[in-house]
Amino acid sequence: MRHHLILRVITKILAGTIMLFAFYVQFHGDYSPGGGFQAGVILAVAFILYGLVFSVETVQQVMPPWLVHRAMALGLLLYAGTGVFSLLTGYNFLDYTALAPHHPEHGQELGILLVEGGVGITVTAVMLSIYYAFVGRTPVIGDEEW
Amino acid sequence: MAIGLAAVRTRSLFALVMLSGGFSLISAALFVTLDAVDVAFTEAAVGAGISTVLMLGTLALTSRYERPPAHRPWLPLFVVTVTGAALIYGTLDMPNFGDANAPAMQHVMPEYLAREPHEIGVPNIVTAILASYRGYDTLGETAVVFTAGIGVVALLATLARRRRRRDGEEEES
Repeated sequence: MRHHLILRVITKILAGTIMLFAFYVQFHGDYSPGGGFQAGVILAVAFILYGLVFSVETVQQVMPPWLVHRAMALGLLLYAGTGVFSLLTGYNFLDYTALAPHHPEHGQELGILLVEGGVGITVTAVMLSIYYAFVGRTPVIGDEEW
Repeated sequence: MAIGLAAVRTRSLFALVMLSGGFSLISAALFVTLDAVDVAFTEAAVGAGISTVLMLGTLALTSRYERPPAHRPWLPLFVVTVTGAALIYGTLDMPNFGDANAPAMQHVMPEYLAREPHEIGVPNIVTAILASYRGYDTLGETAVVFTAGIGVVALLATLARRRRRRDGEEEES
Protein backbone atom coordinates (compact mmCIF):
# COMPACT_ATOMS: atom_id res chain seq x y z
CA MET A 1 0.00 0.00 0.00
CA ARG A 2 2.86 2.33 -0.76
CA HIS A 3 0.80 4.92 -2.58
CA HIS A 4 -2.08 5.21 -0.07
CA LEU A 5 -0.74 8.36 1.56
CA ILE A 6 -3.84 9.17 3.61
CA LEU A 7 -4.07 5.64 4.99
CA ARG A 8 -0.41 5.69 5.98
CA VAL A 9 -0.59 9.04 7.76
CA ILE A 10 -3.84 8.21 9.56
CA THR A 11 -2.46 4.84 10.62
CA LYS A 12 0.62 6.42 12.10
CA ILE A 13 -1.55 8.77 14.14
CA LEU A 14 -4.08 6.12 15.13
CA ALA A 15 -1.81 3.22 16.07
CA GLY A 16 -0.48 5.00 19.14
CA THR A 17 -3.92 6.22 20.14
CA ILE A 18 -5.35 2.71 19.87
CA MET A 19 -2.57 1.34 22.08
CA LEU A 20 -3.20 4.08 24.64
CA PHE A 21 -6.90 3.22 24.62
CA ALA A 22 -6.04 -0.46 25.07
CA PHE A 23 -4.02 0.30 28.18
CA TYR A 24 -6.82 2.53 29.45
CA VAL A 25 -9.29 -0.33 29.01
CA GLN A 26 -6.85 -2.71 30.68
CA PHE A 27 -6.09 -0.71 33.79
CA HIS A 28 -9.40 1.11 34.12
CA GLY A 29 -11.30 -2.17 33.93
CA ASP A 30 -11.94 -1.97 37.66
CA TYR A 31 -14.03 1.16 37.21
CA SER A 32 -15.48 1.00 33.71
CA PRO A 33 -16.50 -1.67 31.21
CA GLY A 34 -13.65 -3.68 29.81
CA GLY A 35 -10.78 -5.76 31.08
CA GLY A 36 -8.06 -8.08 29.92
CA PHE A 37 -9.92 -9.70 27.04
CA GLN A 38 -11.07 -6.47 25.44
CA ALA A 39 -7.79 -4.66 26.05
CA GLY A 40 -5.81 -7.55 24.58
CA VAL A 41 -7.88 -7.51 21.43
CA ILE A 42 -7.61 -3.72 21.07
CA LEU A 43 -3.83 -3.81 21.56
CA ALA A 44 -3.53 -6.54 18.94
CA VAL A 45 -5.68 -4.47 16.58
CA ALA A 46 -3.15 -1.63 16.79
CA PHE A 47 -0.39 -3.95 15.57
CA ILE A 48 -2.58 -5.60 12.95
CA LEU A 49 -3.68 -2.23 11.55
CA TYR A 50 -0.05 -1.22 11.26
CA GLY A 51 0.75 -4.53 9.59
CA LEU A 52 -2.11 -4.16 7.11
CA VAL A 53 -1.14 -0.67 5.99
CA PHE A 54 2.63 -1.02 6.05
CA SER A 55 3.84 -4.61 5.92
CA VAL A 56 4.01 -7.64 8.15
CA GLU A 57 7.79 -7.39 8.17
CA THR A 58 7.62 -3.89 9.66
CA VAL A 59 5.42 -5.10 12.50
CA GLN A 60 7.56 -8.14 13.06
CA GLN A 61 10.53 -5.89 13.67
CA VAL A 62 8.65 -4.46 16.64
CA MET A 63 6.91 -7.68 17.68
CA PRO A 64 9.00 -10.60 16.44
CA PRO A 65 7.12 -13.93 16.22
CA TRP A 66 9.31 -15.61 18.83
CA LEU A 67 8.40 -12.89 21.34
CA VAL A 68 4.70 -13.26 20.53
CA HIS A 69 4.83 -17.03 20.95
CA ARG A 70 6.52 -16.73 24.33
CA ALA A 71 4.13 -14.00 25.45
CA MET A 72 1.22 -16.37 24.82
CA ALA A 73 2.55 -18.73 27.47
CA LEU A 74 3.74 -15.89 29.71
CA GLY A 75 0.24 -14.50 30.15
CA LEU A 76 -1.22 -17.84 31.15
CA LEU A 77 1.72 -18.46 33.48
CA LEU A 78 1.17 -15.06 35.12
CA TYR A 79 -2.45 -15.98 35.76
CA ALA A 80 -1.78 -19.48 37.03
CA GLY A 81 1.29 -18.26 38.90
CA THR A 82 -0.87 -15.85 40.91
CA GLY A 83 -2.94 -18.85 41.90
CA VAL A 84 0.07 -20.95 42.79
CA PHE A 85 1.54 -18.09 44.82
CA SER A 86 -1.56 -17.91 46.97
CA LEU A 87 -1.48 -21.69 47.23
CA LEU A 88 2.13 -21.64 48.47
CA THR A 89 1.45 -18.93 51.04
CA GLY A 90 -1.26 -21.04 52.64
CA TYR A 91 -4.46 -19.76 51.05
CA ASN A 92 -6.83 -21.28 48.52
CA PHE A 93 -5.90 -21.36 44.85
CA LEU A 94 -6.52 -17.88 43.34
CA ASP A 95 -7.44 -16.42 46.74
CA TYR A 96 -6.02 -12.92 46.31
CA THR A 97 -6.02 -12.23 50.04
CA ALA A 98 -2.62 -13.91 49.99
CA LEU A 99 -1.11 -10.95 48.12
CA ALA A 100 -1.75 -8.55 51.01
CA PRO A 101 -2.80 -10.55 54.08
CA HIS A 102 -3.37 -7.48 56.25
CA HIS A 103 -5.48 -5.63 53.68
CA PRO A 104 -7.71 -8.18 51.94
CA GLU A 105 -9.22 -5.50 49.71
CA HIS A 106 -5.80 -4.37 48.48
CA GLY A 107 -4.94 -8.01 47.86
CA GLN A 108 -8.09 -8.44 45.81
CA GLU A 109 -7.34 -5.35 43.76
CA LEU A 110 -3.73 -6.41 43.16
CA GLY A 111 -4.82 -9.94 42.30
CA ILE A 112 -7.38 -8.73 39.78
CA LEU A 113 -4.74 -6.46 38.26
CA LEU A 114 -2.26 -9.34 37.88
CA VAL A 115 -4.82 -11.75 36.55
CA GLU A 116 -6.26 -9.28 34.05
CA GLY A 117 -2.72 -8.49 32.97
CA GLY A 118 -2.13 -12.15 32.29
CA VAL A 119 -5.35 -12.37 30.29
CA GLY A 120 -4.42 -9.27 28.31
CA ILE A 121 -0.93 -10.55 27.44
CA THR A 122 -2.23 -13.93 26.33
CA VAL A 123 -5.07 -12.50 24.23
CA THR A 124 -2.81 -9.96 22.50
CA ALA A 125 -0.20 -12.60 21.74
CA VAL A 126 -2.70 -15.16 20.49
CA MET A 127 -4.44 -12.67 18.20
CA LEU A 128 -1.10 -11.50 16.82
CA SER A 129 0.23 -15.00 16.27
CA ILE A 130 -2.98 -16.03 14.47
CA TYR A 131 -2.60 -12.95 12.30
CA TYR A 132 1.06 -13.76 11.60
CA ALA A 133 0.17 -17.37 10.80
CA PHE A 134 -2.46 -16.34 8.26
CA VAL A 135 -0.57 -13.50 6.63
CA GLY A 136 2.81 -15.20 6.61
CA ARG A 137 1.67 -17.97 4.31
CA THR A 138 1.14 -16.43 0.88
CA PRO A 139 2.15 -13.25 -0.87
CA VAL A 140 -0.35 -10.51 -0.09
CA ILE A 141 -2.95 -9.75 -2.75
CA GLY A 142 -1.85 -6.86 -4.92
CA ASP A 143 -3.48 -3.47 -4.49
CA GLU A 144 -5.14 -3.45 -7.89
CA GLU A 145 -6.99 -6.70 -7.16
CA TRP A 146 -9.10 -5.08 -4.47
CA MET B 1 -32.43 -9.46 9.78
CA ALA B 2 -31.85 -7.72 6.46
CA ILE B 3 -28.09 -8.19 6.87
CA GLY B 4 -28.59 -11.91 7.54
CA LEU B 5 -30.69 -12.34 4.41
CA ALA B 6 -28.21 -10.40 2.30
CA ALA B 7 -25.37 -12.52 3.73
CA VAL B 8 -27.17 -15.71 2.73
CA ARG B 9 -27.93 -14.45 -0.76
CA THR B 10 -24.55 -13.08 -1.74
CA ARG B 11 -21.90 -15.14 -3.50
CA SER B 12 -19.09 -12.66 -3.04
CA LEU B 13 -17.14 -13.71 0.04
CA PHE B 14 -15.69 -10.22 0.46
CA ALA B 15 -19.19 -8.74 0.80
CA LEU B 16 -20.05 -11.59 3.16
CA VAL B 17 -17.18 -10.77 5.51
CA MET B 18 -18.14 -7.11 5.54
CA LEU B 19 -21.79 -7.97 6.23
CA SER B 20 -20.89 -10.22 9.15
CA GLY B 21 -18.73 -7.43 10.57
CA GLY B 22 -21.67 -5.05 10.32
CA PHE B 23 -23.91 -7.64 11.92
CA SER B 24 -21.52 -7.90 14.88
CA LEU B 25 -21.52 -4.15 15.29
CA ILE B 26 -25.32 -4.04 15.32
CA SER B 27 -25.52 -6.85 17.87
CA ALA B 28 -23.02 -4.91 19.99
CA ALA B 29 -25.44 -1.98 19.92
CA LEU B 30 -28.17 -4.42 20.91
CA PHE B 31 -26.13 -5.53 23.94
CA VAL B 32 -25.69 -1.90 24.95
CA THR B 33 -29.46 -1.41 24.95
CA LEU B 34 -29.69 -4.53 27.15
CA ASP B 35 -27.25 -2.85 29.62
CA ALA B 36 -24.57 -5.50 29.04
CA VAL B 37 -21.80 -3.03 28.31
CA ASP B 38 -18.92 -5.46 28.88
CA VAL B 39 -20.39 -7.99 26.46
CA ALA B 40 -21.05 -5.25 23.92
CA PHE B 41 -17.45 -4.10 24.22
CA THR B 42 -16.18 -7.60 23.55
CA GLU B 43 -18.54 -8.09 20.64
CA ALA B 44 -17.50 -4.83 19.02
CA ALA B 45 -13.78 -5.52 19.46
CA VAL B 46 -13.71 -9.22 18.63
CA GLY B 47 -16.68 -9.72 16.34
CA ALA B 48 -16.57 -6.54 14.32
CA GLY B 49 -12.85 -5.85 14.58
CA ILE B 50 -10.51 -8.81 14.80
CA SER B 51 -12.55 -11.55 13.19
CA THR B 52 -13.30 -9.36 10.16
CA VAL B 53 -9.58 -8.79 9.67
CA LEU B 54 -8.78 -12.47 10.17
CA MET B 55 -11.52 -13.47 7.71
CA LEU B 56 -10.03 -11.05 5.19
CA GLY B 57 -6.63 -12.65 5.79
CA THR B 58 -8.15 -16.06 5.15
CA LEU B 59 -9.86 -14.69 2.07
CA ALA B 60 -6.49 -13.68 0.68
CA LEU B 61 -5.49 -17.35 0.89
CA THR B 62 -8.56 -18.80 -0.81
CA SER B 63 -10.80 -17.75 -3.68
CA ARG B 64 -13.02 -14.71 -3.44
CA TYR B 65 -16.28 -16.19 -4.69
CA GLU B 66 -18.38 -19.00 -3.34
CA ARG B 67 -18.95 -21.99 -5.64
CA PRO B 68 -22.57 -22.64 -6.63
CA PRO B 69 -23.94 -25.36 -4.32
CA ALA B 70 -23.75 -28.88 -5.69
CA HIS B 71 -26.86 -30.22 -3.93
CA ARG B 72 -30.45 -29.21 -3.14
CA PRO B 73 -30.89 -26.93 -0.10
CA TRP B 74 -34.13 -28.56 1.15
CA LEU B 75 -32.76 -30.86 3.88
CA PRO B 76 -30.50 -28.20 5.47
CA LEU B 77 -33.36 -25.71 5.21
CA PHE B 78 -35.68 -28.16 7.01
CA VAL B 79 -33.15 -28.75 9.82
CA VAL B 80 -32.56 -25.02 10.27
CA THR B 81 -36.28 -24.26 10.32
CA VAL B 82 -37.02 -26.95 12.93
CA THR B 83 -34.11 -25.85 15.15
CA GLY B 84 -35.11 -22.21 14.85
CA ALA B 85 -38.72 -23.02 15.71
CA ALA B 86 -37.58 -25.03 18.75
CA LEU B 87 -35.40 -22.14 19.94
CA ILE B 88 -38.22 -19.61 19.52
CA TYR B 89 -40.56 -22.00 21.37
CA GLY B 90 -37.96 -22.12 24.16
CA THR B 91 -37.96 -18.33 24.51
CA LEU B 92 -41.68 -18.42 25.39
CA ASP B 93 -40.76 -19.75 28.84
CA MET B 94 -38.12 -17.10 29.45
CA PRO B 95 -38.82 -14.41 32.06
CA ASN B 96 -39.70 -10.92 30.86
CA PHE B 97 -36.92 -8.45 30.14
CA GLY B 98 -35.74 -6.82 33.37
CA ASP B 99 -37.78 -9.18 35.58
CA ALA B 100 -36.35 -9.08 39.11
CA ASN B 101 -37.64 -12.60 39.82
CA ALA B 102 -35.79 -14.16 36.90
CA PRO B 103 -33.69 -17.22 37.85
CA ALA B 104 -30.49 -15.45 36.84
CA MET B 105 -31.25 -12.69 39.36
CA GLN B 106 -32.18 -15.08 42.15
CA HIS B 107 -29.39 -17.62 42.51
CA VAL B 108 -26.00 -16.13 43.53
CA MET B 109 -26.43 -12.64 42.15
CA PRO B 110 -27.89 -10.96 45.30
CA GLU B 111 -25.10 -12.50 47.38
CA TYR B 112 -22.40 -11.19 45.02
CA LEU B 113 -24.01 -7.75 45.00
CA ALA B 114 -24.19 -7.68 48.77
CA ARG B 115 -20.70 -9.03 49.44
CA GLU B 116 -18.71 -7.34 46.69
CA PRO B 117 -18.40 -3.74 48.02
CA HIS B 118 -16.78 -4.67 51.33
CA GLU B 119 -14.96 -7.80 50.19
CA ILE B 120 -13.34 -6.56 47.01
CA GLY B 121 -14.30 -2.91 46.66
CA VAL B 122 -13.95 -2.68 42.89
CA PRO B 123 -16.65 -0.44 41.41
CA ASN B 124 -17.16 -2.49 38.23
CA ILE B 125 -18.85 -5.58 39.62
CA VAL B 126 -18.45 -7.47 36.34
CA THR B 127 -14.68 -7.32 36.71
CA ALA B 128 -14.91 -8.44 40.33
CA ILE B 129 -17.03 -11.47 39.47
CA LEU B 130 -14.95 -12.33 36.41
CA ALA B 131 -11.54 -12.14 38.03
CA SER B 132 -12.20 -13.01 41.65
CA TYR B 133 -15.38 -14.96 42.38
CA ARG B 134 -15.19 -16.76 39.05
CA GLY B 135 -11.41 -16.78 38.82
CA TYR B 136 -11.29 -20.47 37.94
CA ASP B 137 -13.59 -19.94 34.95
CA THR B 138 -11.52 -17.07 33.65
CA LEU B 139 -8.35 -19.11 34.06
CA GLY B 140 -10.06 -21.79 31.97
CA GLU B 141 -11.06 -19.23 29.33
CA THR B 142 -7.51 -17.93 29.11
CA ALA B 143 -6.29 -21.50 28.73
CA VAL B 144 -8.80 -21.99 25.90
CA VAL B 145 -7.55 -18.87 24.10
CA PHE B 146 -3.98 -20.06 24.63
CA THR B 147 -4.81 -23.52 23.25
CA ALA B 148 -6.43 -21.97 20.20
CA GLY B 149 -3.33 -19.89 19.56
CA ILE B 150 -1.04 -22.89 20.02
CA GLY B 151 -3.22 -24.87 17.61
CA VAL B 152 -3.07 -22.25 14.88
CA VAL B 153 0.66 -21.79 15.32
CA ALA B 154 1.26 -25.55 15.24
CA LEU B 155 -0.86 -25.95 12.10
CA LEU B 156 0.14 -22.94 10.05
CA ALA B 157 3.43 -21.48 11.26
CA THR B 158 5.42 -24.71 11.06
CA LEU B 159 4.14 -25.27 7.54
CA ALA B 160 5.47 -21.92 6.40
CA ARG B 161 8.80 -22.58 8.11
CA ARG B 162 9.12 -26.01 6.52
CA ARG B 163 8.39 -24.54 3.10
CA ARG B 164 10.95 -21.81 3.65
CA ARG B 165 13.55 -24.38 4.71
CA ARG B 166 12.78 -26.46 1.62
CA ASP B 167 13.15 -23.41 -0.61
CA GLY B 168 16.46 -22.64 1.07
CA GLU B 169 17.73 -26.16 0.41
CA GLU B 170 16.73 -25.93 -3.23
CA GLU B 171 18.64 -22.72 -3.60
CA GLU B 172 21.71 -24.27 -2.03
CA SER B 173 21.63 -27.41 -4.23
